[in-house]
Amino acid sequence: MRDLLVRRSKSKSPPAPLFQRGVKRAFASPFEKGGLRGICFLLLLCLSLAAPAAFAQAAGDPTPLQFRDAAEEARFHDLTSELRCVMCQNQSLADSNAQIAHDLRREVLDLMHQGKSDDEIIDFLVARYGEFVRYKPAVEPATWLLWFGPALLLLGGGIVVMRVVRSRSRRDVPAPAEDQEW
Amino acid sequence: MSTPEARPRRSRVALVIGTLVFLGFLALMFHGVRQSGRADREALPSPLIGKPAPEFTLPLLHEAGHMVTSKELLGTPYVLNVWGSWCPECRVEHPVLTRFALTKRVRVIGYNLKDEPEDALRWLEQFGNPYMLVLADRDGRAAIDWGIYGAPETFLVDANGIVRWKHVGAVDDAVIDGELVPLLEQLEKGR
Repeated sequence: MRDLLVRRSKSKSPPAPLFQRGVKRAFASPFEKGGLRGICFLLLLCLSLAAPAAFAQAAGDPTPLQFRDAAEEARFHDLTSELRCVMCQNQSLADSNAQIAHDLRREVLDLMHQGKSDDEIIDFLVARYGEFVRYKPAVEPATWLLWFGPALLLLGGGIVVMRVVRSRSRRDVPAPAEDQEW
Repeated sequence: MSTPEARPRRSRVALVIGTLVFLGFLALMFHGVRQSGRADREALPSPLIGKPAPEFTLPLLHEAGHMVTSKELLGTPYVLNVWGSWCPECRVEHPVLTRFALTKRVRVIGYNLKDEPEDALRWLEQFGNPYMLVLADRDGRAAIDWGIYGAPETFLVDANGIVRWKHVGAVDDAVIDGELVPLLEQLEKGR
């Protein structure tokens, strides 16, 4: 269980929903030696880790979030889908299973219960974790390229295509011979 | 209708522009690939840098009844090191941090994140305790105010309680000598 929360910082593998940093590939060797022995070792390891891990989780692992009604749940879901998980950076706060995402979801719900608006909650997180937590960054000079760059590229490409098509249509195309067979 | 002489020149201009755009994209891609090799490529820049450290009231790990507030820590700079007994990378940075703490250059304060007190105390007993004091944040609520999202993380807070620096991931000698110590020198000069 616990090693699911572990985050690699230096390994080459893609980011996963993890909490701790920089875990080396400690469990790789049994497989590399191959065979049943390695798998047995791994199973034993899992068993031996499972008991204390379940205990260690108990303090930090939250009970499921309690929503007052469906509207609140829908609002919570919309809000957390717009926020990025700071640990596993390719997931939204709603989807992530990292420990910090659990904590931040709880925080978001607490803030909602305190009567904070969506913008206030987003500002709360941005003040602590930076612009990075937004999937929709604010429109400001630093993000203009991000917001309008794709449209500019599309426009540029469109102009190029238009000119090419026009110049080709202007070229004299010899009329197909009457007796040409297609 | 373009004249026959104008056409080749225009297509040459288009070729140059196209090549430049292509090279630009290539450079961007190359830059991205190089950046992805950095060890701290996932580290988020903290928006707290240059701002006051969050206020907190946290118990000491070694004396659960004793609450420490952020105000009590003002006066001289301190280094805040976030760790947990569940964090393997903390073990990696521990000897480096211990060596640095022994220079007594600055107060090194531990921030025990989401840990069982018994586990944390055993960890310190096993590896040694480099910290002047250790704050215990069991539920991780105060950590959100610091923008902490894992361990290890290390902050430098100046005498006035302004956050000056943050490092995400294990600190090594290069980080301490290249970033932390120069900043401390700057702080000492400024006073």
